[in-house]
Amino acid sequence: MDLHVVVGGAAGQGVETVAYVLAKSLARAGFGVVANRDYMSRVRGGHNFVRIRVAADSPWTCEARADLLIALNQQTYDLHRPALTAGARIVHDESAVRLPPDELRGLPVSLVGLAREAGGAVMANTVAVGAALRAMNLPLAQAEKVLAELFADKPGVPEQNVVALRAGYEAAGPGCAEDCFVLPEPPAAGAKRLYIEGNEVLGLATLASGCRFMSAYPMTPSTGIMSFLAARQFDHDIVVEQAEDEIAALNMVLGASFAGARAMTATSGGGFALMVEALSLAGMTETPAVIIVGQRPGPATGLPTRTEQGDLSFVVSGGHGEFPRAVLSAVSLEDAFYRLNRAFDLADRYQTPVIFLSDQHFADTARTIEPFDFGRLSHQRHLVGQADLISPYKRYAYTESGVSPRALPGQFVDERVLADSDEHDECGHIIEDAETRRLMMDKRLHKLAGLAGEMDEPLIYGETEPAILLLGWGSTYGALREAVDQLRSAGLPVGLLHFADLWPLPQGRLRQATRKARVTFCVEQNATGQLATLLRAAAGVDPDHLILKYDGRPFFPAEITEEVKARV
Amino acid sequence: MSEAAALLSKDTAWCPGCGNFAIREALAGAIVQLDLQPHQVLLVSGIGQAAKMPHYVAVNGFNGLHGRALPPATGARVANSSLTVIVTSGDGDTYGEGGNHLLHTIRRNPDLAHFVHNNQVYGLTKGQASPTSEPGMRTGVQTGGVISGQLNPLALALVMGAGFVARGYAGEKNHLQELMAQAIAFPGYALIDILQPCPSFNKLNTYDWYKQRVYPVERHDPTDWDAALKLARQWGERIPLGLLYRVERPTFESRLEALKRDSQPLGLREFDPQSCAKEQDKYM
Repeated sequence: MDLHVVVGGAAGQGVETVAYVLAKSLARAGFGVVANRDYMSRVRGGHNFVRIRVAADSPWTCEARADLLIALNQQTYDLHRPALTAGARIVHDESAVRLPPDELRGLPVSLVGLAREAGGAVMANTVAVGAALRAMNLPLAQAEKVLAELFADKPGVPEQNVVALRAGYEAAGPGCAEDCFVLPEPPAAGAKRLYIEGNEVLGLATLASGCRFMSAYPMTPSTGIMSFLAARQFDHDIVVEQAEDEIAALNMVLGASFAGARAMTATSGGGFALMVEALSLAGMTETPAVIIVGQRPGPATGLPTRTEQGDLSFVVSGGHGEFPRAVLSAVSLEDAFYRLNRAFDLADRYQTPVIFLSDQHFADTARTIEPFDFGRLSHQRHLVGQADLISPYKRYAYTESGVSPRALPGQFVDERVLADSDEHDECGHIIEDAETRRLMMDKRLHKLAGLAGEMDEPLIYGETEPAILLLGWGSTYGALREAVDQLRSAGLPVGLLHFADLWPLPQGRLRQATRKARVTFCVEQNATGQLATLLRAAAGVDPDHLILKYDGRPFFPAEITEEVKARV
Repeated sequence: MSEAAALLSKDTAWCPGCGNFAIREALAGAIVQLDLQPHQVLLVSGIGQAAKMPHYVAVNGFNGLHGRALPPATGARVANSSLTVIVTSGDGDTYGEGGNHLLHTIRRNPDLAHFVHNNQVYGLTKGQASPTSEPGMRTGVQTGGVISGQLNPLALALVMGAGFVARGYAGEKNHLQELMAQAIAFPGYALIDILQPCPSFNKLNTYDWYKQRVYPVERHDPTDWDAALKLARQWGERIPLGLLYRVERPTFESRLEALKRDSQPLGLREFDPQSCAKEQDKYM
């Protein structure tokens, strides 16, 4: 049976540490774990919480329920009370959280008092982890190791935390006389798996793609990618520079890329808005660049720490003028690792910008997955060699594919490389004549045909030729997948087509599936149905129904299931 | 034909009498004087009349966006620190649209020579005020005369901590070439604000106007910041030309771990994805 844990408290109370130590310990013990963070745009106070779902196999999403609530403050109990299941337990400190007299699920532990005895009130969250593990009837060994690693650079701190952890475990004992929860036997005990979250995967894929330069301006939810890479500058050949603004960030990336480094930036919608001028420059100068856009709800500042799929239309069309680009996203953490590597390859091969769409839900969701196979990653720069060089070198030589042989400045002694944001001739010089303009536009846009041939068809899940077809893209895959399972269990012939590669829009499976489906639903985390708009414009496919969520919170599978049932 | 002249293209889009011609000759002269190979030099520019320079000098070029010359120049230095990177742009480009990049590039201190063709007017868009236009100057847009204050680029650069600050003049080509050579050779960000008459659109700051005012700085200690600031603030009856300030400080590149550990250009180093495989161990 799956277990849903919710850890909540004010910002600054260590909610994320509790969740991390707990989830990581469970992952190491072999359980499948998924965790997502729900946090406010503030450094202190407010209400932050993490949902953790524990199962035999890695679950895809968290449901809106709590079997075990770790309430570090009153608000956590008040807000999550409706989601508590009948047999739920509530780990809390009676000095901070007052449960109503009719609440019989409490599991009081003197979190702060025991932490003080162990060496400091700050360890109250570690006491809570101990109590939670007792409630799950699990040994402490894994958590002790995780704590030791977490505080490895702070002498004495791991030992104190272990004391706090054990104190919490003991104190919860009397309240857990019988097993509170029956957990499944972990199937993966002993197998090495990763417990990793979205931004870490994107950072790791960037590093392992040989990206040498990252410039960005900090912006939630993408800042984690920047800090991931910055922490690795001492061991890897990568430079991370915090730019003065997103305009500078992408322009720096383009300069570095032009001069020979794989380069990328990461931002959110608002930052991307500042980048579109340089995006167009990348298209015109045919300079490779990878741009990760971690979406959050807009318009303007919107809900800075929440999730949305509201920038699809923007990234597909943003930028003045017409130029080729690819837009990719990912269906899962594993998929993101290999697909972002492909983004770097496509950017280099087609000498044009590639946008990778993430969102807060994807960025901040951690899951247990198989280790990555680094042997599957490609690293080819697609530069012209001495043998293929035609002198004098022309940066924008006309070719059938639209891709000109790419040389770097300084690569060949007697050659010069000239890139220009003005319309230009094959050598890169400014022109204004109609004929060259037409030829150059055709040359650049020819690359779209090549890119179109590279796009992966959407993933199929459930029925392969379903009467009820669900369409989705990006981070909603987990919720949609579980919704499909639920609907099929209810006897409905449901299948999912889920897009990771979005532009140029792959259309083969889409046309086939929509022809055969009786009814189609486009399920998106936005208010206007941007994928549906894209399907109509690019493929002439018009979904029958839209299921949209735009309150900043990720879909729960049940929300999709109910909507579908109501309309078929 | 001299070695410097061989670098110059015959056809340009500049007006007859434009200060850009002399600036271009000084630039080519400085490149030859320093014995730089054309393929090792990268000219980066934004948009404007000055920013067309990469088309008219036969070295590598990145002619980017208006106001955005400095960020790609910085990126190029990180990717390939064996390139000599020179930024050549105008006053609108650098001090107007690109003002924020100027501030932060000075802070970063990458090894760039930055030549600003300061004609105190917008040429490409035909005669509007620039940030360095004289207050009161009438234009087609500033119809009652410029009402904003005049940006002082040299004082700004000094206050921001630039290590090399100089003023050149398009009417003194040899002097300018010498300054440019020094700026290119300087390790770090080096700014030369180049006074440049615009015969088409600036009827105020003409060759004659400058002739009566400019003078070469003499008996000045370029390590004396206070004296440099005093000279930078001199404008009007007497306008000093020359090197105002020169003090080396660590460059951006010299502080980057990835560049410190290996002299091979960062962008050209070999890479194997397997070298990152151990990074996932921490997540197990």
